[in-house]
Amino acid sequence: MSYIAAIDQGTTSSRCIVFDQAGGIVSVAQREHRQIFPKPGWVEHDATEIWTNVQAVVRDALAQASLTHDDIAAFGITNQRETTVVWDKQTGVPVHNAIVWQDTRTDALIKQLGDQDRFRERSGLPLATYFSGPKLRWLLDNVEGLREKAERGEVLFGTMDTWLIWNLTGRHVTDVTNASRTMLMNLDTLDWDPELLSAMDVPRTVLPEIRSSSEVYGTHQGVPVASALGDQQAALFGQTCFDPGEGKCTYGTGAFLLINTGAKPVHSQNGLLTTVGYQIGDQPAAYALEGAVAVTGALVQWFRDKVGLISSAAEIETLARTVDDNGGAYFVPAFSGLFAPHWRSDARGVIAGLTGYISRGHLARAVLEASAWQTKEVVDAMNADSGVDLTTLRVDGGMTANNLLMQFLSDVLDVPVVRPIVAETTCLGAAYAAGLAVGYWPDTAALKANWHKAAEWEPSMEPAARDKGYRKWKKAVERTVGWMDEDDD
Amino acid sequence: MPGPIQSIQRAAEVLKLLAHGGAHQLGVGEISRALDLAKPTVHGILRTLQEVGFVEQEVEGGKYRLGAALFQIGTSYLDGNELRAKALNWSDTLAMRAREAVRIGVMHGKHVLVVHHVFRPDNSRQTLDTGALLPWHATALGKALVAFGEWPDGDLQRFTRRTLNPDELHTAMNEVRDRDWAYDLHELVEGEASVAAPIRDRRGVVVGAVGISGPVERLCESPDQPPRLELVSYVREAARSVSRELGGLSW
Repeated sequence: MSYIAAIDQGTTSSRCIVFDQAGGIVSVAQREHRQIFPKPGWVEHDATEIWTNVQAVVRDALAQASLTHDDIAAFGITNQRETTVVWDKQTGVPVHNAIVWQDTRTDALIKQLGDQDRFRERSGLPLATYFSGPKLRWLLDNVEGLREKAERGEVLFGTMDTWLIWNLTGRHVTDVTNASRTMLMNLDTLDWDPELLSAMDVPRTVLPEIRSSSEVYGTHQGVPVASALGDQQAALFGQTCFDPGEGKCTYGTGAFLLINTGAKPVHSQNGLLTTVGYQIGDQPAAYALEGAVAVTGALVQWFRDKVGLISSAAEIETLARTVDDNGGAYFVPAFSGLFAPHWRSDARGVIAGLTGYISRGHLARAVLEASAWQTKEVVDAMNADSGVDLTTLRVDGGMTANNLLMQFLSDVLDVPVVRPIVAETTCLGAAYAAGLAVGYWPDTAALKANWHKAAEWEPSMEPAARDKGYRKWKKAVERTVGWMDEDDD
Repeated sequence: MPGPIQSIQRAAEVLKLLAHGGAHQLGVGEISRALDLAKPTVHGILRTLQEVGFVEQEVEGGKYRLGAALFQIGTSYLDGNELRAKALNWSDTLAMRAREAVRIGVMHGKHVLVVHHVFRPDNSRQTLDTGALLPWHATALGKALVAFGEWPDGDLQRFTRRTLNPDELHTAMNEVRDRDWAYDLHELVEGEASVAAPIRDRRGVVVGAVGISGPVERLCESPDQPPRLELVSYVREAARSVSRELGGLSW
């Protein structure tokens, strides 16, 4: 019996999960890495530390299940998106710490590049600090001698997938989903776009070759390395959303709703991103619309770490269940502005509707409900862009363990919410894509047959209550905007 | 239903007061003033709490503080929502391997409280029954929990002609302790069976149980035989994995 090992290189940790042919988890290993904060707003990772951790979690996961490399049919990779690293081609040593997606050091550069929608048509993305292209440009401008080295072809650029594949196999490649987050790739040609490269002033020599998400890139200790997908795209793949109109929402620190839009990119009129969903071998790529909510699980963590009313994230459900409703309190966690579909960077968080009646149980409710209302806003935008209403929401991620939230989500969306039997869809997606590439699974139909419902929540809220709740939520959102002034940092 | 018992309410007030003091200790006089109770009453409450280890004194006749027994109770409590979050991956994997519905239970008074439910993986219409209460003596979950905990008092309702009587149950409990897993066969519902194994925390204390349930035709070789060992091994592996997640096993 052989297995697939998925490597999930995430923002706070690296994990390796070994899956069997039914898609069941055989073993899990995890290691956290340091978050480096050199200045306010700057976030870095040590790419060498990450590579060391990845090797360790692979070793640990295999050891836990008493497996060797001979038992592994393929490695799959999924990764934190947009995080950028440049390294020396000869020595493999990074020239600088990796610049993490949350890092806002490119703020000034982004403003200087002009209108938010300048590259939207070509890249599918609004000008924002997240994406890799501007981060690469910052490195070229700020690391001494780097531009000259880049032009001489002595250094290589990559997102974390590329960094890992290069270390595992020696090949310098990325996949279409990761490339679609650089703001350097043309969405239609799926190749580096000369105009985007010149606007960003980035030499083509440092860029990896763009490959599909599911093919053998090379081998590591004899095992094929056979997939790469950005984390959210991997979750879409793991949820087997292979048909247009199928989508999923992953609840972690933030929440990411992605809907498969088929073989053509759909440009959003409602503040969503256009991105590549996946590409299997030489088949045409599948595109996706993406709606991101910045703060969902992060609000629960904030409630735990900064307010201290709970000692673990799961306890929020216990606290919220001490009351029957939110008591009229609404919590809009616009901690760093409002994202999809509002895009207001001048907004900051509010708790609205406070009265002397509000207890900590009500606040816990408001914290959980915030995730559901934010999802509803993104679903509404998605419905408007696609012209088709979502009929079921497939969910995954850690917060799906929260029954109260899942029920409330179903209530406010007024559609069934379904959790698949493997909540680790990100790793599963990477495993599936790798398994397809090496023939471990025959086709996507076989993967769909593996998808099973583990839980389903049916809407049970009165329409009047839903309408009133949404109205109040929108009023609370209105109260967040325009908070930041010119003299605020 | 009888009303609240005053002496218990007062004892709770005393404990709360001591808890708010933190490292601070309180004398009988301070407590009696703070709670507006007569000194002899407070003294009686403290003496009783001291006997059960909920409060203690540094020296005879000195001030009182919270006792060690109270902290043991406090830390052995595992939030059901926490257990579900930690068990998610392993209960999913169990459902996939066994092709049956999975439930995780904890004792809640005299009943088993279902804290997590994974559907049988056949995409048929099923309803989440997280939050439901099950009788302990007619389910594998309940037997796995009670075998390593306290025998709840109260009558044991007969659900089928196969529901065990107290004598049979005592024998069954010994077997559960020996084997470290439990089953039920036609004991709650005629034609249905269940298998469960205990989940342990870092101190080795049983804090929950995980198990599968379904028709005997699928779970057993024949209607009168215990569930198939292959299924038992899946259940026990899931219990071990969740225990490891809770820090209960080092491997």
